[in-house]
Amino acid sequence: MSLPFLLEIGTEEIPDWMIPGALESLGALFAGLNIPASNVRLDATPRRLVLRADGLPERLPDTEERVLGPPRAANPKAVEGFARKLGVRAEDLAVEATGKGEYFTYLRKLEGRKVIDILAEMLPGIILKITFPKTMYWTGKSGPRFIRPIRWMVALLGGDVIPFELAGVPSGNETAGHRRLGAARVSVTVGDYEERLRENFVILSAGERRSKIEKGIAALGVRLKSDPSLLETLVYLTEFPTPIMGEFDPQFLELPEEVLITVMRHHQKYFSVEDESGQLAPRFVAVMNTSADPESLVRRGNERVLRARFNDARFFWQADQRKKLADRVGDLAHVTFQAKLGSYLEKTERVVALVTQLGGDGHAQRAARLCKCDLTTELVKEFTELQGVVGGLYARAQGEPDEVWQAIYDHYKPVSMEDSVPRHTTGRLVSLADKLDTLRGCFRVGMAPTGSRDPFALRRAAQGVVKILVEGDMHISLPSVIGGDSQLTAFFEERVKFYFREVRGFSYDEVNAAIAAGWSDLPELEARLLRLQKIRPTPDFEPLAASFKRIKNILRQAEFSGGAFNPSFLEPGPESDLFNEINRSATQPIEAVIGALRPKVDLFFDKVLVNAPDPAVRANRLAMLHGLLEQFRTFADFSEIVTNS
Amino acid sequence: MESFQEIIFKLKAYWARRGCIIQEPYDVEVGAGTMCPETFLRVLGPKPYRVAYVQPSRRPADGRYGENPNRLYKHSQLQVILKPSPNDVIEQYLGSLEAVGIDLRQHDIKFEEDNWEAPTLGAWGIGWQVMLDGLEISQFTYFQQCGGIDLDVVPAELTYGLERLTAFLQVKDSVYDIEWAPGFTYGDVRLQDELQYSVYNFEMAEVDTLWKLFDLHEGEAARLLAAYPKSAKEATEKARFPLLPAYDQVLKCSNLFNTLDSRGAISVTERVGVIQRVRKLAVGVAQAWADQQGSAQ
Repeated sequence: MSLPFLLEIGTEEIPDWMIPGALESLGALFAGLNIPASNVRLDATPRRLVLRADGLPERLPDTEERVLGPPRAANPKAVEGFARKLGVRAEDLAVEATGKGEYFTYLRKLEGRKVIDILAEMLPGIILKITFPKTMYWTGKSGPRFIRPIRWMVALLGGDVIPFELAGVPSGNETAGHRRLGAARVSVTVGDYEERLRENFVILSAGERRSKIEKGIAALGVRLKSDPSLLETLVYLTEFPTPIMGEFDPQFLELPEEVLITVMRHHQKYFSVEDESGQLAPRFVAVMNTSADPESLVRRGNERVLRARFNDARFFWQADQRKKLADRVGDLAHVTFQAKLGSYLEKTERVVALVTQLGGDGHAQRAARLCKCDLTTELVKEFTELQGVVGGLYARAQGEPDEVWQAIYDHYKPVSMEDSVPRHTTGRLVSLADKLDTLRGCFRVGMAPTGSRDPFALRRAAQGVVKILVEGDMHISLPSVIGGDSQLTAFFEERVKFYFREVRGFSYDEVNAAIAAGWSDLPELEARLLRLQKIRPTPDFEPLAASFKRIKNILRQAEFSGGAFNPSFLEPGPESDLFNEINRSATQPIEAVIGALRPKVDLFFDKVLVNAPDPAVRANRLAMLHGLLEQFRTFADFSEIVTNS
Repeated sequence: MESFQEIIFKLKAYWARRGCIIQEPYDVEVGAGTMCPETFLRVLGPKPYRVAYVQPSRRPADGRYGENPNRLYKHSQLQVILKPSPNDVIEQYLGSLEAVGIDLRQHDIKFEEDNWEAPTLGAWGIGWQVMLDGLEISQFTYFQQCGGIDLDVVPAELTYGLERLTAFLQVKDSVYDIEWAPGFTYGDVRLQDELQYSVYNFEMAEVDTLWKLFDLHEGEAARLLAAYPKSAKEATEKARFPLLPAYDQVLKCSNLFNTLDSRGAISVTERVGVIQRVRKLAVGVAQAWADQQGSAQ
């Protein structure tokens, strides 16, 4: 008989962003039990993590085990002892021929365990092994740890409760409805579970909650600024989501859109609304965790909160204008950049110097000088995520040229690999200098990332540098601005590889081959990679790459350490032919030489013995092969290419 | 419409019915209700405790001369400690909102992740900010550590922002317009405080004097902590040792630090160091207190 299974872990509100990961972990742990099951489904709301499955057996199948006893010739007492240990009589034993002779054996039958017993034993451990980024204890210091307190558990196999206890909570068949709209205790069966939740204002499926939000918004008849990650947050912050629309005073539209959207999105979790022309409209959409707002109490409450927040922002915006950015540079002495690296004033001085070294003009230097000043403004103290953007907006309002204010506005970009780089060269230079300064400083005082620990987001900073150099087409020698720190150089090499592999999708061996030929100028490296990618599928390329690998091995085995090449040692035929081809190809682009070079190389290896008996001839051949490798040294190291041959 | 004081009466009555001692505000300046001995020290050790009190909480840097409708130098927190936290603690909390007249079926309530940490107290916990129609009305924390000590018993701390809650209930856009008692607004009672303390904290507090006071209070706390009996044999001396007065000195330091900070008198390099100095004292008191309570049993 096959049985359906239901596990619901009922908790207090789990942080929304941790839920998808927790479900994945629960699914993997259940699979690790190796109990046959079909149609495994994982669902969650803020208050419950749920695993359902069908087709579990009532018990695992019986198994047999052949137990090997003493040899047939053994003392009868030993045979009896063996039988007694198994709980059978000596007559029940069989005799089997093995490779070492005849032995007594016994076929022991193992009864399959009942699945309900296995689950009762294993589920508590599985629940506590679900991984969360942060956990707590609540029953006491030595008690279990989980993301939030566990308050109930439903565990059913077919019609039976799987009995166990965790953190003083017994498993059972009672779930809980929505905190305000549903019943606190709801009896369920495996069959009616989802329906009973629905009756109690809990929509179990995240997909269904998502579409309820989307349909609700569509019914409001407004156009939203698309925000998939906010939608995801709201899906996991609610059990019964219902969107409502509110309005705010159009006067607030004088404030920069960036500020208004940040207040709505980050602080209030509202969607912004736009009009037909894509401009911000004086409206917002909030998503409630309840069914309706018939008296408009919720709408009015949210409108008041937003009004207060916007008033604050306007107050800060106006107060901050009283002191220009340029007059705030000195105040940066009071803002710590990092305890070991001093204040932001010191950082500013370094960034200005670095921008100048990178070739920045007066605009770039001005932007570098002002770029951190917004850290002293009230608006940035209140809305930290707007650093840079606010500085740019103030600089614009204070009459700084476009080049300058836009560079300040953009200088934290790119904040992720999906983000764009600063819009023009001035911004790119300031962003590079800021990030390079942070990296150089942190590495100098021993704060390089270790393993998964990267508290200063240095990987992201280095990744940003790489992205700006490549996508901004900036021919700046990266190693020369790194400042001669070998650890940082190695760190950057990893970031360069990561960028071209993971962000740009080049294969790892192409990246290794191209990087081996140098990576100081990243747009140039990119150009080589694109060419390499193009010639790779041509029929002669991989065989030639395989030959290059062979040449490298030969040189290594011969411990070749240089030596003059003398054309007079060349034998006519394949060797001379190859030499002539090498000479001919020296001035040609690689795309043009592969086709002609490959057969000459093949023929050379086919007909000519590199390890010639005459040491002078051998040395000369090695020198020629070395010359061949050297010819492509500035393009790529083809021996890094992984070939099938 | 419930007045500010009516709402406070109702919340106190609600928690009194649930077994809480109703305490009066602590009489030393603090930045938050958590810092009062009724929370900071009582959460240590295994003894159950339940207490509720309104604590005027001073945050010098948040002063706005009475000009900002939502920001105050001194606001009032209702602080509730339930140790150990009951299984239905969230339901009890929601019940308290109903008790002040909020029909939760008509409103939107959400629990959004917000973990609390106070570096100067060596304290942190896990919890939420409670959002009512988009307004943060409470902070809900399961304490995990206090004074650098992992807690034996986990207390729930509920902190209500009373001005915000009242403005919500009275539908007022400015805190100064809320009715404190019939015939008196919040502004009537508190506007002078806000103005005068802002002037003092931002303009007139004398930095040298405050530093001297800081050093004096720090010295007194450190002197007492150094004198706390180390040996288990000195049980009588331990039991009567004045740790509560030592803690008052720590609170004085903390408030002076906040005032100096709002005055812009703490430089980058000093800042981390001063926080460490306060933390060291707070942790010292907490450890001695845990020892004193342990040896009293």
